[in-house]
Amino acid sequence: MAGLIKVGMADYKVGRSPSILISYGLGSCIGVSLYDPVSKIGGLLHIMLPDSRQARASDNPAKFADTGLPLMLNDVLAQGANKSRLVAKLAGGAQMFAFANATDIMKVGTRNVEAVKQVLRTMGIKLLAEDTGGNYGRTVQIDLSNGVYKVKTIDRGEKDI
Amino acid sequence: MSDEFNLSVNQLDALREIGNVGAGNSATALSQIINKRIDMNVPKVALVPIETVPDIVGGPDTIVVGVFLRVYGKAPGNILFLLPQKSAFYLVDTLMGREHGTTRKLDFMDESALMEIGNILSGAYLNAFFTFTQISMLPSIPALAMDMAGAILNVVLVQLGQMGDQALVIETEFLAEDDGIDGHFFLVPDPGSLNTIIRSVGVE
Repeated sequence: MAGLIKVGMADYKVGRSPSILISYGLGSCIGVSLYDPVSKIGGLLHIMLPDSRQARASDNPAKFADTGLPLMLNDVLAQGANKSRLVAKLAGGAQMFAFANATDIMKVGTRNVEAVKQVLRTMGIKLLAEDTGGNYGRTVQIDLSNGVYKVKTIDRGEKDI
Repeated sequence: MSDEFNLSVNQLDALREIGNVGAGNSATALSQIINKRIDMNVPKVALVPIETVPDIVGGPDTIVVGVFLRVYGKAPGNILFLLPQKSAFYLVDTLMGREHGTTRKLDFMDESALMEIGNILSGAYLNAFFTFTQISMLPSIPALAMDMAGAILNVVLVQLGQMGDQALVIETEFLAEDDGIDGHFFLVPDPGSLNTIIRSVGVE
């Protein structure tokens, strides 16, 4: 059995085949993976918020899309991945509770998705697949032996993207 | 990290006492509704790293039912009443006068009943809160979701995440006498509200 590496909220992990990186219980958070299919090196990042510049001081860059992604990219490259081969997948960004007068913070899921895509574009990394939005939680994992990104839900089954 | 989290022992005690009185009121209300004795633990008032909050209810992938209410007033915040799936089904069966073990999925009426419980508990809690602090606060209408604990807690944690890496949670566990119900009641003051609350009780 390949090693299962847990990625907590506002954290990221990198590894290589045959490890599996997993992050549990994403709501408005996003699980974004980077993967090099040739060297089979990749990473999974679990961000909470879109933009570190809109937040007050934080010691943890992995909490934000704009600071977390470059950090993980560096680590994945340091492990020996090739940037031109890297592809990204992402899932999450739900709005868990429907309120008629939902504030901006309740719609943070949508903003997270947009921010991640923007950062990926800036970094020049191709987004291969996504499973975002809705009002339900997701557990996500990426299998570094083949790059399959699995999204598990409670009532909506699971799928590979 | 924000300075408002530099609380003295006495201030933490004061917060714990507020939580105690609030939760005591809520437990009494719940007890009267379901006609069972409800025990509660001494509220935990703790400053914890945000990412560890889901562990309080059994980890981020535990399936829970969450009733969420926004709290408006001078010290705004969020209330989240979390029940493990089994407890929620048990509570619904009790409320609906069905045999325990009947409910396997929540229908519209069940959800409505649970939201009403969230409403009543929050009202009772905030009333006690007012008596103690003279800060008047009103809960929004409740919203409900059944999903992974991590996903549901996201809603409150994201707001705190904007301000720092720590969460101050006032959490009380409710237990029914026959062990059928094990609920967690969270009051999570918005960043900034904490100062208002502390000032109102005048503890250094």
